Amino acid sequence: MKEIRLSKVIVVTSGKGGVGKTTTSASVATGLAMLGHKTVVIDFDVGLRNLDLIMGCERRVVYDFVNVINEEASLKQALIKDKAHDQLFILPASQTRDKDAFTKEGVGRVMNELRDSFDYIVCDSPAGIEKGAIMALYYADEALVVTNPEVSSVRDSDRILGILAAKSKRAEDGVEPIKEHLVITRYAPARVESGEMLSLEDIQELLGINLIGVIPESESVLQASNAGVPVIRDDTSISGQAYQDLIARFLGEEKPMRFLDVEKRGILKRIFGA
Amino acid sequence: MSLLDYLKRSNKKSSAAVAKERLQIILAHEHAANNKTPDYLPTLQRELLEVVRKYAKIDVDDVKVTLGREGDCEIIELNISLPEQK
Repeated sequence: MKEIRLSKVIVVTSGKGGVGKTTTSASVATGLAMLGHKTVVIDFDVGLRNLDLIMGCERRVVYDFVNVINEEASLKQALIKDKAHDQLFILPASQTRDKDAFTKEGVGRVMNELRDSFDYIVCDSPAGIEKGAIMALYYADEALVVTNPEVSSVRDSDRILGILAAKSKRAEDGVEPIKEHLVITRYAPARVESGEMLSLEDIQELLGINLIGVIPESESVLQASNAGVPVIRDDTSISGQAYQDLIARFLGEEKPMRFLDVEKRGILKRIFGA
Repeated sequence: MSLLDYLKRSNKKSSAAVAKERLQIILAHEHAANNKTPDYLPTLQRELLEVVRKYAKIDVDDVKVTLGREGDCEIIELNISLPEQK
């Protein structure tokens, strides 16, 4: 008898662009693989492929997700094995086709095949609420909703929550809904304290979903993407550590949120400002 | 936050508070728009009125159609007031 895996499909989504979906996808997939879980991360952004750059495998792309859907290549041919973790694979997006290449049947067939051999399938959604984004969330069991402490991002996340609840396969089948988790990125505690940035409590209250991680604004995120190494692999970075905490919470561990305190300043600075 | 910042800001609301308030209003509005009553309700009301009018003399206001919700169930409530028998 074939061994049955309890694989999970996780969509990383946000509605709004530029909030950190790909950064989060890369770090979450890497983090799960670092803990020994066999993981694949899929880029759903057809035409604007970028996950390969963030994962540092852009020069090893031969076949892509659309080739597999169209049966022009096998999954085995298209999956790129990560150089640092042998439990981690990347399925890149097509750079030349458009999102009409996605069909529910085609994507579903690839998902089923992946479920047979992976513990976690991380789907990096494109921005927007069009076909690519809908396909990325359609088969999801859990969702990481990436939100910046900023009005347009919060509103778009709210919109995406509505779509998760209405247009996913779980919604259509009437089974247990997608488990939603809030990931707040580019968080700046000092700006929150001075009243110029929405606090994580504000965002949680507005969106009404469970917070799984707060990633502080940090220079190391840009440095990591420059190098093509997911920031979670940088132990010295507070963002990397915050992603490691997020993974621990995702796997059921209790961990308090860190990096929320404002750096203490001297008395003169406090009176006269920086 | 420095003391000078504090003095400068103390008489007005922080921009984050403004952002939260604006979001609370727009999200509530958008949620309401998503759960709006189906657009066939006015037509249903008019047609019901026509049918009942074949048998009894009633006014437009005597047919009331409202949409409610009880748990997962959507309930259409019809309330037709017939004229008193003479």
